[in-house]
Amino acid sequence: MAELKINALRKSYGDIEILKGIDLHIRDHEFVVFVGPSGCGKSTLLRSIAGLEEVTSGQIVLGGRDITGLKPAERDLAMVFQSYALYPHMNVRKNMSFALELAGVDKATIEAKVKDAARILELTHLLDRKPKDLSGGQRQRVAIGRAIVRHPQVFLFDEPLSNLDAALRVQMRLELARLHHELNATMIYVTHDQVEAMTLADRVVVMNQGRIEQVGTPLELYHHPVNQFVAGFIGTPKMAFIPARVIGGQGHELTIQLPSGEHLTLPRSPDSIHVGAEVTLGIRPEHMRIVSPENANLTGQLDVTEHLGSDTYCHVNIDGGHTLTVRQGGDYEGRFGEIVGVDFDLSRAHLFDSEGNALDSVTRQAA
Amino acid sequence: MTIQSCDLNASVVPMPVSNENSAASAHSKAQRVARWLVSPSVLVLLLWMIVPLSMTIYFSVLQYSLLYPGEHPFVGLENYEFFLTDEGFSAGMSNTLILVGAVLAITVVLGVAISVLINTPFPGRGIVRVMLISPFFIMPTVSALVWKNLLMHPVSGVFAWLAQVMGMEPVDWFAQYPLSAIILIVAWQWLPFAILLLMTAMQSLDKEQVEAAKLDGAGGWAIFRHITLPHLARPIAVVVMIETIFLLSVFAEIFTTTGGGPGYETTNLAYLIYSQALLQFDVGMASAGGLIAVVLANIVAFFLVRLIGKSLTEKH
Ligand SMILES: Nc1ncnc2c1ncn2[C@@H]1O[C@H](COP(=O)(O)OP(=O)(O)O)[C@@H](O)[C@H]1O
Ligand SMILES: [Mg+2]
Repeated sequence: MAELKINALRKSYGDIEILKGIDLHIRDHEFVVFVGPSGCGKSTLLRSIAGLEEVTSGQIVLGGRDITGLKPAERDLAMVFQSYALYPHMNVRKNMSFALELAGVDKATIEAKVKDAARILELTHLLDRKPKDLSGGQRQRVAIGRAIVRHPQVFLFDEPLSNLDAALRVQMRLELARLHHELNATMIYVTHDQVEAMTLADRVVVMNQGRIEQVGTPLELYHHPVNQFVAGFIGTPKMAFIPARVIGGQGHELTIQLPSGEHLTLPRSPDSIHVGAEVTLGIRPEHMRIVSPENANLTGQLDVTEHLGSDTYCHVNIDGGHTLTVRQGGDYEGRFGEIVGVDFDLSRAHLFDSEGNALDSVTRQAA
Repeated sequence: MTIQSCDLNASVVPMPVSNENSAASAHSKAQRVARWLVSPSVLVLLLWMIVPLSMTIYFSVLQYSLLYPGEHPFVGLENYEFFLTDEGFSAGMSNTLILVGAVLAITVVLGVAISVLINTPFPGRGIVRVMLISPFFIMPTVSALVWKNLLMHPVSGVFAWLAQVMGMEPVDWFAQYPLSAIILIVAWQWLPFAILLLMTAMQSLDKEQVEAAKLDGAGGWAIFRHITLPHLARPIAVVVMIETIFLLSVFAEIFTTTGGGPGYETTNLAYLIYSQALLQFDVGMASAGGLIAVVLANIVAFFLVRLIGKSLTEKH
């Protein structure tokens, strides 16, 4: 059982606290992605799990065994580094067999395991090459192969794809997902790229400034972010945020006023908020629509439009100096400077209080 | 490259002949100017090398002793014969090789050990580093004198005092173990050089590689053996090559301490040549000895390059 439990984990460098109390439960066979902006402590958390950093306090339990104080080698985990960290003077075969040789595994078994890993990763014809004679993607695969041969309980990846070009990154992403199914192993993956997180993860852990903001499946995070940070971090283009004020509530409906004066009514219980409170309306580009200026929720001036073929991103300047990014169909033609209306799908809008916490929608509370 | 592309153009596009000619002549003109501009320095370098070499070769075939002015008759290879059969030659030869080999072994082994040890941060590391490097800035004559009179002196030296404190007989280094004493002094002088190079190399060792090895189950020794040492192979090769060049001609340390003695026990080739030329005033024989030393240095260099040059040219 490769079930990983992290309890109240803290890590400081001198006076600076990098991890501020992490509680996390990772289930067996799960693919978990840590995502967050650069410097939020993802690598530190991963390295603490690996045993490369000593933690200040807290507990790490793997498969029922407390591994907090154990040496890296005793934890039965394998890690793939961002720089790959291949041994430059050893060929691919030796790179992969190194751990097994150190463990005193017999030659025939090593040979079989290396062959097996090489087959899975399509490295068989490269076994006698040195790392310097490999391309970036091949090095990446060797680094993964080095982890696979050990059959560890948990695989750790620290931004393994960030040194690859865009096309290769997409390909390796697929291969990693396939590998996860093939090995049926527990994997923890660190990235700052929310697309990687959304596409790979069974569950995503969103981190910010040494804390976990939210843990959930990609769609949970997308549909029900618990706060403004998660809402802004997940999804591209970013969710738009417009400041607003509560002006009334009744039954299961809450009415807010935008800076430009428009009134909007959202399905939110008014119980937890008082009239006059400052709130923030959050709405994703795909939940807005460009319409004619009459009868629209909002009007604004069309700025640049970006044509992607499948979609068109329209940037609309509205009152109060805000810009909304609206996702339109691929064949939408907008004229620069045109006055347009923007309609919101209010059932899918998000509302955050002045602390940035989400006000749960009525439908969600009922569910 | 340029000429080739000119040809190609000419065969594909029918160019006016005069045009191509002028292009070619402009090209060769530029080359001629370049040749003229470079020639003075080439000439100086040539003289710099050729004149001493040819004069040495010339002197080596003459009977040319400063004690007998006048005629310098041609004697063929007699000087070489005398030098090679001189009782000092075989001693000088083996002393040179022992000195080079021993100092290389000491500086490389200790250099690797020390630079690996001081690579982990500890308080006062900066000062320790400076102190480790500083012997390199002391003149060979000075350090040899310090070792001879302050450290190794059988009566007033620190080592003798230490031996007495521990109840042992003081060692008269330059009488009992003269070559070892010289090796010790020279190694002390060259150790900083090895540390300097290896310490810098240690800083470029990828930390993630070491961490990967730790996760792979490598302990301290395995990391040293499989990660650190291969990483240091190239800098070690550089240390060996450069030190060899200088150690083949160690002179000041011998001159200021033992004067090549007792007997020929600390006479290396450089010192032998010096004693031939300046103690016996035999320019012809000293020249022959010098040329033999050059040949020897080349042989040693050849084998060293063969031995460790591979790791030098191999790119990581
Ligand atoms: N050895 C260290 N000493 C001091 N601060 C460190 C050290 N390693 C990382 N940090 C700090 O910890 C914070 C989190 O780093 P890291 O976990 O690498 O972030 P990321 O989420 O980008 O992987 C950063 O602000 C970084 O400056
Ligand atoms: Mg990182």
